[in-house]
Amino acid sequence: MIAALGLVVGLIAGLILQPTVPLGLQPYLPIAVVAALDAVFGGLRALLDGVFDDKVFVVSFIANVLVAGVIVFLGDQLGVGSQLSTGVVVVLGIRIFSNVASIRRHLFKA
Amino acid sequence: MTSPEPAASAPSPADGGFEVLWRVLRRRPGRGQVLVAVLLALLGFALATQVRATAAGGLSTLRQNELVGVLDDVAQRQARLQAETRQLETTRDQLASGSSAAALEEAEQRARTLGVLAGTLPARGPGIVLGVTSSPGGLRATIVLGAVQELRDAGAEAIEIGGIRVTSATWFSDVDGAVTVEGTPLPATFEVVAIGDPATLAAAMDIPGGVLDELTQNQSRGVVTQSEDLSIRSLRPLRAPQYARPAPAATAVAPGESSPVPSSG
Repeated sequence: MIAALGLVVGLIAGLILQPTVPLGLQPYLPIAVVAALDAVFGGLRALLDGVFDDKVFVVSFIANVLVAGVIVFLGDQLGVGSQLSTGVVVVLGIRIFSNVASIRRHLFKA
Repeated sequence: MTSPEPAASAPSPADGGFEVLWRVLRRRPGRGQVLVAVLLALLGFALATQVRATAAGGLSTLRQNELVGVLDDVAQRQARLQAETRQLETTRDQLASGSSAAALEEAEQRARTLGVLAGTLPARGPGIVLGVTSSPGGLRATIVLGAVQELRDAGAEAIEIGGIRVTSATWFSDVDGAVTVEGTPLPATFEVVAIGDPATLAAAMDIPGGVLDELTQNQSRGVVTQSEDLSIRSLRPLRAPQYARPAPAATAVAPGESSPVPSSG
């Protein structure tokens, strides 16, 4: 309950405050958001599987975001930043799809 | 990331998905849940921020190589626009400077020339005056017409007969023993004024069997007076052609090769 409230509050705050993305964060924010979404969908799936754990979720969330940021950073240093970002997004997208498929099976039995 | 560690209040997998969700939503918030909520709030905040930044579409979201591409585009566009500016400035200078003024001057000169030839403008210059004294019934339209032809052959540029300007549309006829010019009867004594080279015109009148001879044979008399400064003041109103239309310049034929051009439609 409170988690869902947190998501809504964050969205509204972002829409109302309209912050500008700091220059240093600009390449990382989109990837970090996708990684966090992956963690959220994974957590939802775990919830429906009956194996959800707060600590695991928090750790996986932060680790996802950090790893995504590090990969993009490394890619930028190596000169393959955009390609690596695309790769990360593709991998996370596949994971999100499989998690959503699992959630769907739980909710709709199909 | 989501390890299969069983939580304390794990719902049984046999329950429906919605019941599980409902139960979780009603669960009392613990410390761990607050942390989850904070993280999700951060996610929502970042999501909204990123969506806004992308929607703003500013250059700030672009990477370095994309920025280089944009810069390239802008440089090319600038070069194109500069070329266009130069072209337009050249056109403007041409229009503002002599070339168009010269064209206007030329057009006016042409209009004056055509006006003299068409009889819409007064003409002045050297020429001859042919004074004609005719006996009643002695003058015929063919004689007057012959005089006009001779004058034209001799290069007369403007002709006036009895105060009537002679142009390409002028016609003569015999009515009741008198010659009329476009319906106006000529008096017994009238003058033909022609502007051109006086010597040539006078010689054309004086050739054997020419105008003067013919006048004499018809009981009339003609006297040619050369003059260095004559003026023709009579005018003819300009009428727009009713049937003839200007043909495109491409189909025009230069004099000397004046084969009739069949109209295409």
